[in-house]
Amino acid sequence: MSTSPEQPVLQVRKLSVDFPHKDGAFHAIESLNFDLLPGKTTCFVGESGSGKSVTARAIMNIVDPAIITQGSVTIIDRESQNSLELTSLDTDSEEIRAVRGARIAMIFQEPMSSLSPVHTIGQQIVEAILLHQDVNETEARKRAIEALKAVHIHSPERAVDRYPFEYSGGMRQRAMIAMAIACEPDILIADEPTTALDVTTQAEILLLIRELQRKRGMSVMFITHDMGVVAEIADDVAVMLNGRIVEHGPVDQIFHAPKHPYTRKLIDASLGLEQAAARPVPPRPDKPLIQIDDIRLQFGGHKSWFSKTVYGAVVALESVSLSLWPGEILGIVGESGSGKTSLGRVLMGRYKPVSGSAIYTDRQGRERDLTQAASFRDKQVYREIRMIFQDPYSSLNPRMTVEQIIAEPLRINGLASGNELRERVANLLERVGLSASMMERYPHAFSGGQRQRIGIARAIALEPRVIIADESTSALDGSVRAQILDLLLDLRDELGLSIIFIAHDIGVVRYLCDRVAVMHRGRVVETGLAHQVCDAPVDSYTQRLISAVPRPDPRQRGLRSA
Amino acid sequence: MNSTIMTEAAADLPEDSSTVRGTLAGTESQWQLIRRRFRQHRMARVSLYILILFAFCAVFANFLAPKDPLKVQARYTYAPPQGLHFIDRDENGDWSFRPHVYGYKVEVEPEALRRVFVIDPSKKIYLNWFVEGHEYKLLGLFPSNIHLFGPERKRDPLYLLGSDRLGRDMLSRLLLGTRISLSVGIVGVVLSLFFGVLIGGLAGFYGGWFDAVTQRTIEFLRSLPTIPLWMALASAMPSDWSPLRVYFVITLILSLLGWTELARVVRGRFLALKDEDYVAAALYDGASHIRVVMRHMVPAFTSHIITAASLAIPGMILAETALSFLGLGLQSPVVSWGVLLQEAQNIRVLATAPWLLAPGLAIVIAVLAMNFVGDGLRDAADPYAR
Amino acid sequence: MTLYLVRRLVTMLLTLLALSVVVFVVIQLPPGDFITSYIARLSGSGETIDQAVIDTLRERYQMDAPILAQYWAWLKGMLHGEFGYSFEMKLPVAQIFSERIGISLAVELLAVVVMWAVAIPIGIYSAVRQYSIGDYFATVIGFFGLAVPNFLFALVLMYICYVWFGVTITGLFSPEYMNAKWSLDRFLDFVQHVWAPVLVIATAGTAQLVRVLRANLLDELNKPYVLTARAKGLEKRKVIMRYPVRVAMNPLVSTIGWVLPTVISSSFVTAIVLNLPTLSPILLRALLSQDMYLAGALILFMGVLTMIGTLISDLLLAWIDPRIRLGMVGAN
Repeated sequence: MSTSPEQPVLQVRKLSVDFPHKDGAFHAIESLNFDLLPGKTTCFVGESGSGKSVTARAIMNIVDPAIITQGSVTIIDRESQNSLELTSLDTDSEEIRAVRGARIAMIFQEPMSSLSPVHTIGQQIVEAILLHQDVNETEARKRAIEALKAVHIHSPERAVDRYPFEYSGGMRQRAMIAMAIACEPDILIADEPTTALDVTTQAEILLLIRELQRKRGMSVMFITHDMGVVAEIADDVAVMLNGRIVEHGPVDQIFHAPKHPYTRKLIDASLGLEQAAARPVPPRPDKPLIQIDDIRLQFGGHKSWFSKTVYGAVVALESVSLSLWPGEILGIVGESGSGKTSLGRVLMGRYKPVSGSAIYTDRQGRERDLTQAASFRDKQVYREIRMIFQDPYSSLNPRMTVEQIIAEPLRINGLASGNELRERVANLLERVGLSASMMERYPHAFSGGQRQRIGIARAIALEPRVIIADESTSALDGSVRAQILDLLLDLRDELGLSIIFIAHDIGVVRYLCDRVAVMHRGRVVETGLAHQVCDAPVDSYTQRLISAVPRPDPRQRGLRSA
Repeated sequence: MNSTIMTEAAADLPEDSSTVRGTLAGTESQWQLIRRRFRQHRMARVSLYILILFAFCAVFANFLAPKDPLKVQARYTYAPPQGLHFIDRDENGDWSFRPHVYGYKVEVEPEALRRVFVIDPSKKIYLNWFVEGHEYKLLGLFPSNIHLFGPERKRDPLYLLGSDRLGRDMLSRLLLGTRISLSVGIVGVVLSLFFGVLIGGLAGFYGGWFDAVTQRTIEFLRSLPTIPLWMALASAMPSDWSPLRVYFVITLILSLLGWTELARVVRGRFLALKDEDYVAAALYDGASHIRVVMRHMVPAFTSHIITAASLAIPGMILAETALSFLGLGLQSPVVSWGVLLQEAQNIRVLATAPWLLAPGLAIVIAVLAMNFVGDGLRDAADPYAR
Repeated sequence: MTLYLVRRLVTMLLTLLALSVVVFVVIQLPPGDFITSYIARLSGSGETIDQAVIDTLRERYQMDAPILAQYWAWLKGMLHGEFGYSFEMKLPVAQIFSERIGISLAVELLAVVVMWAVAIPIGIYSAVRQYSIGDYFATVIGFFGLAVPNFLFALVLMYICYVWFGVTITGLFSPEYMNAKWSLDRFLDFVQHVWAPVLVIATAGTAQLVRVLRANLLDELNKPYVLTARAKGLEKRKVIMRYPVRVAMNPLVSTIGWVLPTVISSSFVTAIVLNLPTLSPILLRALLSQDMYLAGALILFMGVLTMIGTLISDLLLAWIDPRIRLGMVGAN
């Protein structure tokens, strides 16, 4: 419990919530105690299922189908010092509804699904204003426009009549915030508001929340699982585990003198990849393995995300030139929509670019242009360039056993059969750190990390020269991810692989890659050695991207007001 | 890079314990999983037993039928159902187990001056197991005249479900009708399955103009009021066709308009599967298109196709019933549920012989059971859905 | 929106053209042309027909011209409102239409209205009070609604009313109003009769609509925007009506596309069992006697009705769903 001389705006005492089910009840949160202070940000961290979101909903007294079994939530008026206990109120009573939206407001993770798809942004904000303020509709609309202006939405007079699907992800979250602050609440509860956003958009939203908080002296309860975000914005931190707060204190103390082992584990995990040392650059032969030249890729007939239907072509890649040298790990970083995944698919022959070439020199020294379908005809390219996918769930056929999955490429290429095939599958499984006895199981019996290992085993089964890994670790948890990255590094050394590693996560790229290419809107904006690009970027977009990544250390806060 | 640190803490716990739970060693195949999920659906399981019973009745209809379903008995028109009694009491008042029914006596209603049958408890008709009766071919192959049960004396009336206008035994006719009606549903669905899988599969696989044309055609067919169109097609049949030919043409007509739903399912699954990473992975393994389709895609949607097909059967049966009921489908002497109900069209007939509605009960039970089984299959069809 | 409307209208015209081809094929299906078999039947029953009449008919339908010309002649006639002549009833098809169309439409529209009026509250109730007694009750009724064929329901209803209450529920008018002009009394008499067919026609559709609405609404009730609205301080009941119900209505509106064909199909069978003075018994008679021109005109007409209904539902959907109105997603 932080000791602050200031009077809290919200006091939570012994709060417990149960989910009743047929054999007993599941204790979602148990006996929570904390205060929220005006003008301060309290971050709640914990893994999913630790009870963070339930806590937020319990404060609002909207927990159905769960029930608040005990405890109190007391909201204290800043001027009059009148206090009101919320948990004892009927969950749909007038008193509690007067608090919701007016004194405590909330924003959520998925701005798209958190806004009604069939009402304009304006209608949704106006509704909140009319509920709590004694104004007519014209005035409410005026206030809604002001709220949109306050969250820096361009031309709010027009934006107010737009529907959520006409907004971009970041704008939607701004609109959510506008709706939340429209009635000038004392407390803002933000439930993972930036998790679904790209890192640069995340930085903008975090800055916005901080700006509004400073202006209005709001108390912010910020729920996240990202220690970087915590370090960036928190004044106080509450660490939750299995429905309990296991540690609570000022942010500096949490990061630099954590007491609970679980807190320590969280912090170590977030630092793990940060602290990787730069590796020596492998010697470079005179000819690259894959030489990508001036590729332009477009998709025709797609519709744009804005109000008018656009039937023009969408350019996915524009004059992209890159080379992959033998033995190196080339990282391709970019935010969603930057074209990085499309580039990987071009190399696998799935998309055909409008112009440009990607010359691959095969094992026999023959040059093949990967943008031509003919290069793939004899399947040799498929044997030499292999792919590891992002989603460990959808990339393994659930109806085949692990043995069948790994054996499939060997069988198709007629490389082994019978007992020899079985033996090779067993070896491959052991090579990626799984037991050969798991062969007969189906993928659904495996965890995400294990599945990704199976995917890697399938990729290396044909002794490839190049592996394209498309976001292959982004669906994995921290330490599992580190293990997979280390496995890739080992395999690279052992099998002499070259790897193209596509990712949105700069930390992973810095840890794994020798060189990095940064992509933005279909173009490569910067290429260079990994540590150079990550630590001293030259291009302005790269600079923005790197500085937007929150550092897991409250003493190195990087977010600056724009 | 911090986006999922939180969950890393959980890495020490068994990852994703939910996927391991309930699948002992994870060695259960798709069909084992489906079977287990289906068994958990109680209504579906019970319904499946009911359907098995129906199917049994259909296959052994002749053996189970106590009387010749086609034999006209002018003496017993509109005879009401006889109650089945098991305990017999003889003159001495002794009880014994001996199944029997009572015979009829004829009374004349004084006002309407018409004959009505009244159950006459003084006439006992004892029933025997495995009696000899009319000739038939068991399973269509083995000539036989043994029936599961029947009256002790061959000529005694036995109308457990009453008789119709021509004194034919409703129970026997109902059993025979079960055979025809169920088979129309199944044959019809097999036919639509053929069209649906072929057309839907091609549309999903090739896309492009073929897909566009198929889509428009399906939309078009679905926007039509089906019954009038079915009837128009059915009515165009020359009246001198043999019953068997009529039967096949009717099923063909039903499936001609029924394939759209199945084609839609197949196409939808095809398109969804095309985007699955594991299908892409198979392509990158160097697999041929045929192999990708047969080895990776077909197994993934067979369960969905079976589900869609099983949900389509009741529709077929209802359609056949409606057509036959209106006199545009199957015709006497072929016996189907719809043909049987045709007898009950008139309110006066219905008032005197409400037992003629018995085939309706069979329809409702069969269709309900099929819907439940279909629902159960649908819930179980995709054991990997997350 | 204009673009959408134009696209929609063009599709409808093409669909109509396709339908007309189908109907024409149906007309041509019976072996031999109609007039020949008609003459054969007449002479079989001892009647004769004037050769001049035959010639006029032959010319009108261009019986001796190639099939495409026949189709064109037929289609042109349809477009001019010359629906042809019913050989069976010896009346112009147009006249038969005008006598019965009003009643047909009234019964069908009434059934549609009842379906929606009943299905929407039940669907909302079932979803909001999931697994309550009422929900189970609605589900069970719904299953029976789907499993009981219309004509069987009509028969049972007829039987029950006759045997238990001594009421005959066939027809739409008492005998004394059968051919009377519309008056208040006749209208009241109509109301007293129309409930039975409407009940029969609406049941199956209602059951399906409840299922659709319940499933949609259950999906929507768990969407985060519901929580957003509650967190604003809106009353729970208002939240449900204003947000998830509003969103769940969209797929419901798009169901008109199949609701109309279903209603027309089921009203068809029902009308025959209950002997209603609508177009359906005419169609049945036409089909049974292979009076294909009359039947073809009727089927085409029913198809047009369905398509107009579908068009209205699509426009309605575009009107209530901004995502479609603004061209973000297709109508389906």
